[in-house]
Amino acid sequence: MKKLLVLSAMAAMLASGTAMADTSGKKIAFSNNYAGNSWRQAMLDSYAIVTKKAVEDKIVAAADIFTTADKEVPTQAAQVQNLILQGYDAIVINAGSPDALNGAVKQACDAGIVVVSFDGIVTEPCAYRVVVDFKDMGRQEVEQMAKFQPKGGNLLEIRGLAGTSIDDAIHAGILEGVAAHPQFKIVGSVTGDWDQTTAQKAVATILPSLPDIVGVVDQGGDGYGAAQAFAAAGKPRPTIIMGNRQDELKWWKEQKDKDGYQTWSASIAPGVSSLAFWVAQQVLDGRTDIPHDLLVPYLAFTQDDFEAALPKIKEGGVATHEYTQEDALAAIKANIK
Amino acid sequence: MLRSLLPALSLALVVIAIAWLNPRAISYFGFTLMLNLAIPIALATIAQMFVIAGNELDLSIGTFVGFVGCVTATWLKDAPLLGVIILVGAIGVYALLGALIHLRNLPSIVVTLGMSFVWQGLAILVLPKPGGKAPDWLLSLMAFKPPYIPFPIIAALVIAAVVHFGLMRTSYGVILRGSGGNPAALRRAGWSLLRTKITLFALTGLFGVLSGMALIGITTSADANIGNGYTLLAIAGVILGGGEFVGGRVSPIGAVLGALTLALAASPLLTFMHIPPDWQVAANGAILIIVLAARVLISRRER
Repeated sequence: MKKLLVLSAMAAMLASGTAMADTSGKKIAFSNNYAGNSWRQAMLDSYAIVTKKAVEDKIVAAADIFTTADKEVPTQAAQVQNLILQGYDAIVINAGSPDALNGAVKQACDAGIVVVSFDGIVTEPCAYRVVVDFKDMGRQEVEQMAKFQPKGGNLLEIRGLAGTSIDDAIHAGILEGVAAHPQFKIVGSVTGDWDQTTAQKAVATILPSLPDIVGVVDQGGDGYGAAQAFAAAGKPRPTIIMGNRQDELKWWKEQKDKDGYQTWSASIAPGVSSLAFWVAQQVLDGRTDIPHDLLVPYLAFTQDDFEAALPKIKEGGVATHEYTQEDALAAIKANIK
Repeated sequence: MLRSLLPALSLALVVIAIAWLNPRAISYFGFTLMLNLAIPIALATIAQMFVIAGNELDLSIGTFVGFVGCVTATWLKDAPLLGVIILVGAIGVYALLGALIHLRNLPSIVVTLGMSFVWQGLAILVLPKPGGKAPDWLLSLMAFKPPYIPFPIIAALVIAAVVHFGLMRTSYGVILRGSGGNPAALRRAGWSLLRTKITLFALTGLFGVLSGMALIGITTSADANIGNGYTLLAIAGVILGGGEFVGGRVSPIGAVLGALTLALAASPLLTFMHIPPDWQVAANGAILIIVLAARVLISRRER
């Protein structure tokens, strides 16, 4: 009996080995460490939409979502270990820590599981990383600012969640941009935690101590709060870079309708979760030419196209882009040099 | 009787539920994976148990574990001697806290709440960005694969046996528990309550250090926030294991079982239940409430 089992298992392995481009029997899990803001909700929505269709189309057998109850790293490490036990073939992960999950991720790789991280990436070499070029986004903010404020002047910077790699990268990009455009000077910096309320409070606190500000460079999720703080303080409205949130774009439209206000908006699309899913699917499909570090573009809106995007964003949501399998293949191809 | 069996009973229930949901998990490999993160929780629970035995509460154990983790992943690897000195010094700080709380008659909740921010701050100073690496000997210890019985189970048995012997079977263990049960009687009998308090807090520090090291041995790398969740888990583990907040009534074996139950109920059980993502966070809380409420109900009926 046992021999028979072993034989049939081997036969099954052989069958799946020969049948390339078939992942219909594969199960992909999504390990997520936090669901408590609009960006994360949009990320989960995008993932659910894309994977539901993939399961219906029989591209994969299952794509389940698991969110940890607290933001703690050990909880997520335990979750990854449980997913290994559950027999998933791949794990898509938005990790709570770039390094402290490496132990669990390595165990998953050793068990033959494909691990694809995005947004909150893991540094374990065996995992795949879908990264957005946040540094370029920061640099681009200053580039755009130079268009709207060619004379230059004082800038206020709003930082994100302290101690995260994303905050670090965007900040580095902004500094690079300012170095390339010496007409700008950052005269103040506050922590906005990617949250409108926090940003509004922080900006309101620092405003009285600042000279005239021509522009605000930020990280997304903080632009509307900054605008409110400037309005409440009775200060002239600066050029505030936006971060694709619905409330930000709505405010932008109101200002534009009033007096032709100009700015620029960029952020990582929450739908990048769906890209991570397709990367996992492609690796399971037997592709070995996919680089472990995939760079994907951020989602940006300009004066010309933001109004078209606005109605499509949910109230209180974030602009997103769901990746189809073709989009994903194109994104992967762009990374193979 | 039922009361002392309860921790073992709730653990058995959770294991049965897991076996029913995912038979694959009931194996050498499965238990190794499911329980290895329970070792640091068990050690943190034992640490918490010592202060609770002395009628105190430690709200800083979580961030302390995080601080130890950061030291383990940095100095203990690069400059072992310095690392050991810092960790021993940290235990010394705990002993001093015990003395301070006793001499100034301060509420331990206030002192340790304050200390939790101190440890957190120090952890961020040691490791401003997540990173570092566990010493190799620690990695190989935590990845040890003994024949037949998974390592986490052996570790849990050893922890429970050692602490049970020390606290329940030695004469000074009786004094330590007595300092929580009836301090007035102890004082009249000529025992130094200052000494017992210092000992209890130092033991908390010691097991906190062990917990942090075990945690980093598993995760391989540290993060300043890595232990934050342990404060409440440790308290819940002690209570689930049959301990009481006052009166020196604690049980080391129960505490270890309680920690294992919490570790299994919170994560593997939840993952295997396939709850829709929107409800997972609430379900985790519900499981904890059910498990703890069952314990309270049964011990109340006994009274």
